[in-house]
Amino acid sequence: MAKKVGIEAAIAIAEAAALADVDVVSAYPITPQTHIVEHLAHLVADGILNAEFITVESEHTALSAALGASLTGARTFTSTSAQGLALMNEIVYITSSMRAPVVMALANRALSAPINIWNDHSDVMSVRDTGWISIFANNAQEAYDLTFMAFKIGEHPDVLLPVMINFDGFILTHVIEPVVLFGKEDVEGFLPPYDHPYKLDPDRPVTMGPVGLPEIYTEVKKQQDVAIRSSRSVIDAVFKEFAERFGRKYSAVETYAIDDAEVVLVTQGSVTDAACFVVDEMRKRGKKWGVVEIRLWRPFPFDDVGSALTSGKIKCVVVLDRAISFGGPAGIVMSEVRSALYHVPNRPIVIGVTSGLGGRDIMFEDYVRMFELGEEALRTGKEPEMVTIIGVRE
Amino acid sequence: MRKLPTWKELTLAGIITEAGNSVEYKTGNWRTLTPVVNYDECIKCGVCWSFCPEYAWEEGEDSFFKLNTDYCKGCGICAVECPRKCIKMVEL
Repeated sequence: MAKKVGIEAAIAIAEAAALADVDVVSAYPITPQTHIVEHLAHLVADGILNAEFITVESEHTALSAALGASLTGARTFTSTSAQGLALMNEIVYITSSMRAPVVMALANRALSAPINIWNDHSDVMSVRDTGWISIFANNAQEAYDLTFMAFKIGEHPDVLLPVMINFDGFILTHVIEPVVLFGKEDVEGFLPPYDHPYKLDPDRPVTMGPVGLPEIYTEVKKQQDVAIRSSRSVIDAVFKEFAERFGRKYSAVETYAIDDAEVVLVTQGSVTDAACFVVDEMRKRGKKWGVVEIRLWRPFPFDDVGSALTSGKIKCVVVLDRAISFGGPAGIVMSEVRSALYHVPNRPIVIGVTSGLGGRDIMFEDYVRMFELGEEALRTGKEPEMVTIIGVRE
Repeated sequence: MRKLPTWKELTLAGIITEAGNSVEYKTGNWRTLTPVVNYDECIKCGVCWSFCPEYAWEEGEDSFFKLNTDYCKGCGICAVECPRKCIKMVEL
């Protein structure tokens, strides 16, 4: 029976992997992900979860073992953060390229240096182009639901790609929130058994990850790109089935109070709920502001972003980036938003802000400042190319 | 020339489904120097065979090891390792 409990988001994520009845957990502990794998280790040790828990000496091996396990036909889960993801990097690209539907819970944390264990999005942005499906959760319930759904999405025979669920380190991993946890019987039939069409099997030998000569490599990459783009229909279908069965709705792009909004803030992750709170408060003071969240990061929902940001009375879009593309095209998310709007006639002004780097809190006034920068841009008609870092000491 | 698959025809991620097909990939034309054995000195010890990274040495009915030039890349490991020093790398 589903029951609502107060639970730490990290534990809820581990419970979601257990609910999916994973066969293999391969992970190395790192702050702020640690509680996830600790809890899974408990569940395995106590005989509650019948899975192989592989203890490894590094994240590179954690994902290598997960990749191998996934390709034998085992449902596989891993989890990491920042430096751990950086050490996995070689295998991150190989896992998607070899079409292994590993599910990873990524507790978003700033990349070193300087050493920083707190939250931003520099880790997920560093693997933006590695071919993983990438989805953001905003609260503990979403982290639980999306981790569970990730297996159904990634393992779908038309997809067969790894899925990364992003949730903000500490801000989300370490908070205790009310979460509706499913019983096994509640989700019966939702998650079909995983079957890879070319399992590693001694009775039916195949070669996986062979040398791809110049005459083959391009075709493999094209096939992979088509696969992740096509995964969108499966993602939508899984969200729809989940909503129909369990009542909680998820979309590639979430919107809040945008019907009459002139300025909207584009967010990802836990800042979304905070931004919605700011919008509620400021609407009492007459501000017509709204929030658009890009929940699905890869495959990027170009059409949804385009239609959300050109709907109603939106005249200015402020994109909040939680990482920096050094020397690059301003904000990372901001440049994607600009791409999505490039062909749209009468597109809104798009400006970028960066905030909350390395765990710095984004305060109420900071959000207000972001929206005000949007109003300023509207007044002056100026669309600065570069991002403004909110709250940096000059 | 064999027709190469389109991205739609290619197996998932380029997985090779027939086992043992590396024999079709003949690397002998990479070679510049070829190992030549002086069989008067050879003691049939098989060190060339055991060290060859390409399995290019094959044991004949007379127990002497013969080179399969389809696969020898000419690396010269056999010539270095031969305890009788009776393999010479030569330009043919």
